[in-house]
Parts: sequence; C-alpha cells; structure tokens
Amino acid sequence: MGQNYDYLKAIAPESSNLIKGLQAVQTREGYVSDASIVAVADYFHTPVVETEGVLSFYAQFKSTRPGRYQICVCDGTACHIKGSPLISEWISTELGITAGETDADGLFSLETVACLGCCSLAPVFSINGKVFGNLDRKTTIRILKEYRNK
Amino acid sequence: MTISDKIRKIKIGMASCGIAAGADGVLAVLKEHADKIPIDQVGCFGHCYCEPVVEIETVDGGSVLYSRVKPAPESIANILALGKAGRFQINPVRQAKELLKVTRLAGVIDPTSYEEYVENGGYAALAKALAMTPAEVVDEVKKSGLRGRGGGGFPTGMKWGFMAAKTAEQKILICNADEGDPGAFMDRSLMESVPHQVLEGMLIAAYATGSTRIFIYCRAEYPLAIKHLYIAIGQIKQHKLNLIAGREIDIVVKEGAGAFVCGEETALIHSLEGKRGTPRFRPPFPTDSGWQGCPTMINNVETFGNIPYLIAEGAASYAAVGTATSKGTKLFALAGDLAHPGLVEVPMGITLREIVFDIGGADPAATKAVQTGGPSGGCIPVEKFDTPVDYDSLKALGAIMGSGGMIVIGKNRCMVETARYFLDFTHRESCGKCTFCRVGTKRMFETLERITAGAGVPEDLDFLAGMGPKVIKASLCGLGQTAPNPVLATLRYYRHEYENHVNNRQCDVLACDKLVDIKLDPAKCVKCRLCIKNCPVDAVSEDFIIDNNKCTRCNTCIEVCPKDAICRVKKGEGFYRE
Repeated sequence: MGQNYDYLKAIAPESSNLIKGLQAVQTREGYVSDASIVAVADYFHTPVVETEGVLSFYAQFKSTRPGRYQICVCDGTACHIKGSPLISEWISTELGITAGETDADGLFSLETVACLGCCSLAPVFSINGKVFGNLDRKTTIRILKEYRNK
Repeated sequence: MTISDKIRKIKIGMASCGIAAGADGVLAVLKEHADKIPIDQVGCFGHCYCEPVVEIETVDGGSVLYSRVKPAPESIANILALGKAGRFQINPVRQAKELLKVTRLAGVIDPTSYEEYVENGGYAALAKALAMTPAEVVDEVKKSGLRGRGGGGFPTGMKWGFMAAKTAEQKILICNADEGDPGAFMDRSLMESVPHQVLEGMLIAAYATGSTRIFIYCRAEYPLAIKHLYIAIGQIKQHKLNLIAGREIDIVVKEGAGAFVCGEETALIHSLEGKRGTPRFRPPFPTDSGWQGCPTMINNVETFGNIPYLIAEGAASYAAVGTATSKGTKLFALAGDLAHPGLVEVPMGITLREIVFDIGGADPAATKAVQTGGPSGGCIPVEKFDTPVDYDSLKALGAIMGSGGMIVIGKNRCMVETARYFLDFTHRESCGKCTFCRVGTKRMFETLERITAGAGVPEDLDFLAGMGPKVIKASLCGLGQTAPNPVLATLRYYRHEYENHVNNRQCDVLACDKLVDIKLDPAKCVKCRLCIKNCPVDAVSEDFIIDNNKCTRCNTCIEVCPKDAICRVKKGEGFYRE
C-alpha cells in the first residue's frame, strides 16, 4: 500500500530541511507513521535511525493517529497556577481518555502542552488550534459537548 | 443599525490573545453592520485583560475604547452609536508608569500593512543606518548599552562587534523566536503586532555585521506570528529593502518543533541544521563557528525590536532611560494572580511593586511572590518588591531577568508545588546530554513529588539544597545551569513551607491534593444535589457526606456548589467511609 509523498518535493532535499519535511508529513497525515519515517529518510538522504532520532527529540511530532479534534490543554506557568491540572482532569473524566490518548471513536485526542502563549487568559486549551480561555468546569464541558455534536 | 457619523475608523485587536477571547466573532458582526467604515485589524496593545478590544477613531481625532466586546448585534449597535456601555479607559497610573518605545505601534497599526508601518516612521531607522558606516552602527549599539533581551543580558553591541570583525563569504544572522518559557509572550506579541519592526532591526543588524543570510527560528506554536512574518517578508522583498550594500539578503522562517532547549543558541543552530536540538560545548562561540561552520550571530526578537528606535533616536537618548547597567525599556508578560494581566513595557529600574501592584492591579494583601524568568528563574517574595528591575539586582536575589515572563503568585499557592511544577517541566525538557541535568533534575523532581505527596523526609531538603548547585555546575547549557533555580529560591525564601510538608505532612495553603481532604459544611448546604450529580466518582452520598476514600480532590463539587458549602481542609479532618 504505497502512500504518495509527492508533496515533499516542494521542499529542497537537503538534510537541514529534515524537520520541515517531518512537519509537512504531520500537517498532512496528522501524525508520522513508521512508513512515513522511511519515506522521509529516503527523500532527505538521512539514515532512518537519525530521522527517528530527530522525530523522537521534538515534542511536536506524534507517532500515533490523533482524533478528529485534538485538544491541547495548556500547562504553562500561568495556566498551571490557575488550575490547568483540574481542567485536564475534568476533560479526562468527561471523555474517558488521559493525555496522549485518542478516544475509541477517534473523535477526541488529548494532550498537555507547555505554553500556548495566551497566559493572560489562563487557564486555556485549544481544539484544533482554536484557543478557548478563562475556563472553568462549566465552559470546559460545554465546549466539549459542542464539538461532540458538530 | 444607526451608525454615528463621528466614526472615522474602527480598530480591533486581532492578536492571538484577542482571537482567543473571541475577537474573530466580533469582527464578523462588525463587518456585517459597518461595511462602509474602514476596519483595521491591529495587533496587541498589551491590555489582554479587556480583550476583545474595539477602538473607535473619531473624525475629530479622538478615540474611544470598548472592552470585552461581545459578538452580539446589540453590543455592536452600542459601539457603532458610540454608546456609553462597555467603554474603557486605560488606568492613568499604568499609563504614567509605562514607557512605550518598542511597543509604540503594537495594537496601533495593521501588522499586515507595510504602508501603515512606513507612515508611522517605519524603515526610517534603516535608511539612517544605511547612511552610516557599518562600524558606526555597531558603535551606536555599543554606546546605547543595550543588553540581550533573551535572558542572558549579554551586551548586544559587543556581540555585533565580534560578528562584524569576521571575514567570511557566508555570515548568518539568526533571530531567536523560540520563546519557550511557559508564561512568556513578549516575542509572540511583537511578531504578531509589529513584524516589520522586528525585521527592520534584523536588516540593520545584517548591514552592521555584514551578514549575508537571515534565519528566523520561530516556535511552531505561534502560527499567527509566522503568518505575519511571511507577509512582512514578502513586502520587504517587493520593496527591495533586503537589498543591502548591493547584496540581496535572503530571509527564511524556520519553524521549531517543540523543544525548550532549542532556545539555547548552539542547540538552536543544531535544530536549524535539521538535527536533534542538543547544545554543544562553547567555545567555539557561534560568532566563530555556527550554522554549518559559518560565523553566526543570534539575537532575540525583543532585542531586534529595540534596534529601530535605538538607531532612530540615537544611542544617547536610548541610554538616558534605565539604570547604570541596564538601559532602555523592557517588556514583561504579566500573568497569574492579578487583575490586569497583559503585556507591559516599562523603563529598566522600575520596582517590582510598581509593575505588580500599580500596573498589574494585583492585590497586595493576597500576593505572595512573583516568578521571573520562567522555569529558569526564581521567585521573589513580596517583601523584596522594592527591588529595582534590572539584570543585576534580580540576579542578586536568586532570580533572573529572563526573557520577561512575570507570573504573580497568590498567597493561596503552594511554593513547594510551584517548584515541583517547574522541575517537572525542566526535567522533561532536558535533552539528556549532561548527566547532572538529565539525572539530577529527575531526582530533584521525584523528591519534590514525594514531598508534595506527603511522603517527604527532612533529609530531602538537604538533598535538594545539595543537588541544585551540582546540576548548575555540571551542565553545559543554560537549561541545566538554571533549572534548579526555582527550587533553590523557594528553599531560600519559603523553607517553612517545605518543613511543614516534611515534618507535619501538611500543606500550608491546602493546595497539595495528597495532603488535603474535602468536606461539606451541612450548615451552609441547601441540598441542591449539584455536587452529587457532578461528582465523577460518586464520592458524595445521598445524605451529603463526602467520602474521602473515593474522592480524587478534583474540585468539581467545590466549583459547582452555589453556596460555597464545600471546601478543602487539612488531611484527616474529612470523612472516610470504612
């Protein structure tokens, strides 16, 4: 089952573009599969083991397929002292998944991230890049329900 | 909808924080109802607590601000009629204490408009610099006393001097926009709001140092900043501003991939080369051998943001602001337990008291400390708030200036837990190259976990105090060299909190989950059953008693209780069902 990696051709095949290549795959597929690692390594002329090394070094890259809605709970300093661990816990309870997991229907996946840079609205999370701020339990649950019913 | 004929222009804050607060919805309604009036989408003007913000410029040159605007037709109707509701005035105390130099145009101009930047004096500094010799520009930066705004505080002019002295075919200039400190958003705000200003600073630097290529290494978590940079770079190329001394300078944006250590310059260079972002031993310093062996100079976004006004106003005028060793203004991202979080720009030498209380509106009675420099910094207790903010005074207190994150910590926060939080971050972000950073921070984190879980012993405190300096000494880069700071600073100022945890198994402020119980006060309870309905683990019984064996301390019941009848109490004071 050969996947098409033609879109990589927009990037010059220099080893300094390796991260850019992996980012392109992730933007496209949502994650970087083992097959993609081999394809990227091949394209940029870097050994597979080195490509895997780069992939595992950076927090941005995922090696499992994410849900349709990716929830990133911010656990930056401001959010943390404003109660982000509670936000994570409420979401976990509501969806039945913990950070790093995708739910059974493939609808939601949950992760905690270091900082979304919206500290003045703490606590915040983002769903597919859209940021929601000043969260409490009620708004958190309401937002999740809205996405579930979309 | 009636629209006041006094309206000349509408401005709406569309930086990340504005959008997160719902500005895009407001914009849509505005566009629908005021299609004949020009609407400017501006960046962030620093008052994040009142987002979404709409500013109305009137025909007589005045301006009216509206805060927390809702995307509802009636609230938009109120604005378009210049109604009284929701009007907002900038606190005059804050206005008097702030000095807007670097952020002068942030939230004032449309970041995607080259013309607006030029109309407001943009690229005049570049023209002025190009009329000088490169050596004169370097000299001007040296005389200004500007120090790197990324945290280290290295004299910028000196760095430029090293770089200018290098003769090589390729010389690389890098803008460090990998703002990884959780709790800091100065660089994001500048790139989103005034991308041209940051780029102008880079072009001046490229001219002064003879650089041939510019990289901007920006975190991928800042999509809007990256978008605005791309737009601005396109406009620069269109107007041929990157044609410097007869040579076309290529400007490339590279997205980081989520590694805190990449803020360190040698790690950043490795990452730019497509490798794992691990730091290396210095020397050679990047100005000797950096990106692919070329002389490379790295400056922070805010440092570049300072350059245009430094050159435009001249070194003498720049150096007139600040203290003996720290010149100019500094941006701080104020967040945490305070009324008015946001981005502030203040002259160096202002006191913490003025920033936190006068500008930030924090309640002096409810404030315990402030954390500067993020996970690399330390906390400064409220008793020391008269300290002037400059590189050296903060260092003397065991904190650092850092890049400018400033988190206000309220009296209800546990300092041991705060230290644990920072170590959790740094031990995970350690790249693993240096043993003391990799293992030392992990052991320190585990010790703090134990203490906050009520399983600590008095010897743990000696371990932390002893291990911290070892990690600092035996680490190659800034991450390890600063990672123990939050622990050492809290141990220094809040040792009693640590002792209460290890000696009495108690958390002073009832924050550590493992050291508290949850209790319902029947006298206040109105039996509304909200707690029973919402408890995720069925810990609240039908007779309104919370079983602390089942309870996970998730706070849901405390949140939903309309009568504040449920609260956290010391461990052992709650009910435990057999």
